Formats: sequence, C-alpha cells, structure tokens
Amino acid sequence: MTTLVIAEHDNNELKSATLSTVTAATEIGGDVHVLVAGSQCQAVADAASQLAGVSKVLLADNSVYEHQLAENLGQLVVSLAGDYSHILASATTTGKNFLPRVAALLDVNQISEVIAVVAPDTFKRPIYAGNAIATVKSEDAVKVMTVRATAFDRCATGGSAEVVSVGESCDAGISKFVGEQLTVSERPELTAASIVVSGGRGMGSGENFELLYKLADKMGAAVGASRAAVDAGFVPNDMQVGQTGKMVAPDLYIAVGLSGAIQHLAGMKESKVIVAINKDEEAPIFQVADYGLVADLFEVIPELESKL
Amino acid sequence: MKVLVAIKRVIDYNVKVRVKADNSDVDLANVKMAMNPFCEIAVEEAVRLKESGVASEVVVVSVGSKSCEEQIRAAMALGADRGIRIDAEDGPDSLSVAKLLAKVVEQEQPGLVILGKQAIDSDNNQTGQMLAALLNRPQGTFASEVKVEGEQVIVTREIDGGLQTVALDMPAIVTTDLRLNEPRYAKLPDIMKAKRKPLEVKAPADYGVTVASKLSLVSVELPATRQAGIKVASVDELIDKLRNEAKVI
Ligand SMILES: Cc1cc2nc3c(=O)[nH]c(=O)nc-3n(C[C@H](O)[C@H](O)[C@H](O)COP(=O)(O)OP(=O)(O)OC[C@H]3O[C@@H](n4cnc5c(N)ncnc54)[C@H](O)[C@@H]3O)c2cc1C
Repeated sequence: MTTLVIAEHDNNELKSATLSTVTAATEIGGDVHVLVAGSQCQAVADAASQLAGVSKVLLADNSVYEHQLAENLGQLVVSLAGDYSHILASATTTGKNFLPRVAALLDVNQISEVIAVVAPDTFKRPIYAGNAIATVKSEDAVKVMTVRATAFDRCATGGSAEVVSVGESCDAGISKFVGEQLTVSERPELTAASIVVSGGRGMGSGENFELLYKLADKMGAAVGASRAAVDAGFVPNDMQVGQTGKMVAPDLYIAVGLSGAIQHLAGMKESKVIVAINKDEEAPIFQVADYGLVADLFEVIPELESKL
Repeated sequence: MKVLVAIKRVIDYNVKVRVKADNSDVDLANVKMAMNPFCEIAVEEAVRLKESGVASEVVVVSVGSKSCEEQIRAAMALGADRGIRIDAEDGPDSLSVAKLLAKVVEQEQPGLVILGKQAIDSDNNQTGQMLAALLNRPQGTFASEVKVEGEQVIVTREIDGGLQTVALDMPAIVTTDLRLNEPRYAKLPDIMKAKRKPLEVKAPADYGVTVASKLSLVSVELPATRQAGIKVASVDELIDKLRNEAKVI
C-alpha cells in the first residue's frame, strides 16, 4: 500500500495544507510519496523531502505544469497512478480543480474533503454544509481523495526522502493560462493563521474593513469575510469563509458584524474559541460563540484595538 | 452554439438538514427542495449567453427521479429552451452523472457545458471536472466571469490566492462560482410558458450507462455541537476572558 500526495505550492514554497495532507496519508498507513509538479520548483521538492513520513519525492519540473492547469496535471497524475493505492490532494482550489479529473480517468469516484481516516478504505466527510458527517466506504481499486487541512495536524519535518525526476511533459494543449490577480497581503494566510478576524455585511463598506485590518495587525491575525461582504465588493473573493469559500479552524475566530448563516458556520465552527460581536442579540452567530458581545462594532472594534 | 446546463434538485439552502434517528442517512421527508443555487447561476449564465446572441439554444439536463422535473421546469421558466431528465434514483454518484452527461454531450454537441461548482447537499465539487476529463475537454472551474471569443472561452476563476484567467478551446466545461451573476426571478408568464416547453425523459440504459457506485454510505452522524457560551458586557471583560480564561491572546 503506497499513497501519493500531490503537493500544493507556488513553484517556490510548499504550502502548509500539504503537511496536513501528509498526516492524513500517514494515518492511512503504508508508504507515502509526494509529487511536486511545477516549473523550476526544485526548492519545493527539497522542502517536501524533509517531511516526516515521506519516503520518496517525485519531481515533475516542466513549464507545462507552471500554473497547475488541471488538464495537464490530471494527465500527469494518471500516468503515475498505477503504483498507488491512494491518491491525495489538499482540498484547496488547486486540488479541487484537478483531482476529480484524475478520479474520472481512473474510473473511480473522488472522496471530497475528508476529515478523518477510519480505515484505509473508510473515511469521514462533511455533507450539507457540515450539518451532517458521512462515513463512506470505497471499494474502488484506488482511493482518490481531497483532504481538509483544518482536520489534520501538520506533519513534522526532519525527514530526508530521496527526490527523483519523473514524467514526460503532459501537455493536453486545450487550455492556456492567461493571467492572474493575486491578493498581496503582509498578513498571515487565512487558512493557516492562528487568529482570524472576519467581517460581514455589518461592516458597511470596504473602507470600514480598515478597522479590522488594524485590529488584525495588532493581533497578528488574518482577515476573513462573509459572502455578503464579498458580494457587496467590500473585499476580494479569496477572503470568503464558509461552505463554498475557505475552511478555517484557528485558535481564535472573531466574527464582526456577520449574522452566522449556516453556510458561514460551515467554514469556521471548528475554531477553538469563537468571539461574536454583533448589535443584534438574536443573531445566530451567538449560538456558536464562546464569548458574545452585543454592541455596535464601530464603537467596540476601535476600543478593542486600542486596549490590546 | 448550443449550451448545455446540468442541474440538480437539492434541499433548499435555508433549511438545516436533519439526521435520521438510526444514523442511516439524512432525513429528506417533507423537506423543502429547490434547484441547487450554483445550478441556478449556471442556468442564468446560459440564458444571458443566448440573450446576447452568443448561444442559440439552452438545453438543461438533470439526473434523478420524476420530482426533479420541477427544477427542470424552473430552469425553463428562467429561459432554457428544452429539458432532458435521465431517470435514476435520487442522489446518484458524481461519476455516474458525469458518464451520463458525457453521452448527452456526444449527442447534443454543445459548444459550452455549464454546471454548478458544487451541490450544497453532497458538497462534492467534482462532476464538472469529471465530465471534462471523460470528454478530454478543458475546464474553467469556479468561474466568476465567462467570455466567449471566437473558438475560445475566457474564464476568470476564483482561486485561493485571488483570481486566475484561463483560455479554453471549445467545446469546454465551465463550473460556476457565486459571483458569476445574480440569477433572475421567473415571471409568471414565463412559468406558464415553461409548462409547454419540451421535456424528454430518458433512461441510463438509453445511453449505455449503468448508475452504480463502489462508494457506499456507512452511516451519517450529527457533527459535534458547540455549546453557546456567555455574553460579556464590555470590551474589558472580553479581553480579560480571552487572556485569562481561554488563554488565546
Ligand atoms: C449556495 C450558497 C453558498 C453560500 N456560501 C457562503 C459561504 O461560503 N460563506 C458565507 O459567509 N456565506 C455563504 N452564503 C451566504 C449566507 O447564506 C449568508 O447570506 C451570508 O453569510 C450573510 O452574510 P452576513 O452575515 O455578513 O450578512 P447578514 O446576514 O446581513 O448579517 C449582517 C449582520 O451584521 C450585524 N450588524 C450590522 N451592523 C452592525 C453594527 N454596526 N455593529 C454590529 N453588528 C452589526 C447585523 O446585526 C447582522 O447580524 C452562501 C449562500 C448560498 C445560497
């Protein structure tokens, strides 16, 4: 039994989600290999080789993988799949994009957003916005699954796996990268931060989010948002927390001016400590909050920031 | 150019699902059902392509029991021209659905297939990608903008780091994200008109596909519930609790 984990990276840096996925792979048992597919990404392969529990790193370094185009990456993974009992990727927008292609080409279903390994063929995953947890059993020859990073600790480092080059260049030739607009921020990454401050429609405008940025900077926190705040154009889409946005589980989640719709709760209710600040004491967010403060955010956020 | 849209009947997004007492599954008896919100966005996008003269016909397809004809009619009320229902028990697995859709694509030859990025019941986020792979066609997932330019479709995608734009050779598969458009409400005359639009019913056997999965549901449980905590009266009390009780700052 050998598991292949496909690394999440930007050609320079290995993302922390991969460390959680390696932990899930280790829980399955057997050997763990990591595939790093990208362009000029030797540094990522070197980082992957140091993950505890990883016995081999496959490096596919080719310009056709530079932007992780699903068509090309899918073909590459399928070409390597023969050696593996399990193929895992992180449940990020990259993993969710290419891995179902791999599953379909291998004629198996994908098990999405795994949150627990019960046995090598049995897994738990949330359904219905996390309002139910399904245990599913797969009799497919190869188990293809995405792993929710917040459900698994990051693996340790200190290993020294060998790095081998693999794979011809798989260029499907049907899709092309045109460009990207990445949000640059000095703050910690939302899904990896230990404190997250999130704002909702109650923030009223993009300018008012400055209040949260100031607070976050004082606390070393990342800033998230509800769908309503993103839809209204207050903040970019990559800040959306929830069922159909990002999953976060920080030590502390501070929800400001957001009501706590089930779709939002799905993305943050695994946080260790939840604080809700809302002027409506009936807001559903208070039902999951450890500490609730019924107040006008425009009064208490500056006060909180100044007193910390 | 024809546009094919795949839609799913799911629990209404405002309803919190219950788990059956014997933990065998969720309980959907007497629960309000609706078109999956992402599928609604897919229908809207296809109809807008038709209204702007890019598309000539919008065909909607759903795999499920007779009850999902309600959602097919709803899509036709929003502007789809005709519908296909492939008869199956509700809740077919994604791979079977993708195989059936691939056969429909072979017959209908659309230039674009639009699906929702995920269904809010199974939360799988995989059918569109699987369909693209089975057809060996490109995909633009989590789309927030779709532009047809000649033989290509330019798709802006919502990704974890921001936005990414890709150019796909058509025929191509697109899956919708929340910001792609705001679906319209159907008007009464359109709802009436939709009742007369053609709706074909097919069986998986018509396409030579067997709906079966090697993935089985062992049990369904409620997630660990969080207890509501306490209300604090002031910012000072909040800071004190976070420092000395929760010890998170
Ligand atoms: C298919 C689908 C997917 C979705 N996915 C997501 C998702 O991933 N993430 C997500 O977040 N949502 C998602 N939603 C949307 C979700 O249903 C809610 O509409 C949304 O979360 C509401 O955002 P909100 O809490 O900011 O806004 P509202 O519900 O409008 O809440 C605003 C809150 O701010 C409070 N407030 C206003 N002014 C102040 C003030 N001055 N001081 C203090 N409090 C104030 C109000 O009391 C209110 O509680 C999805 C919906 C659908 C249909």
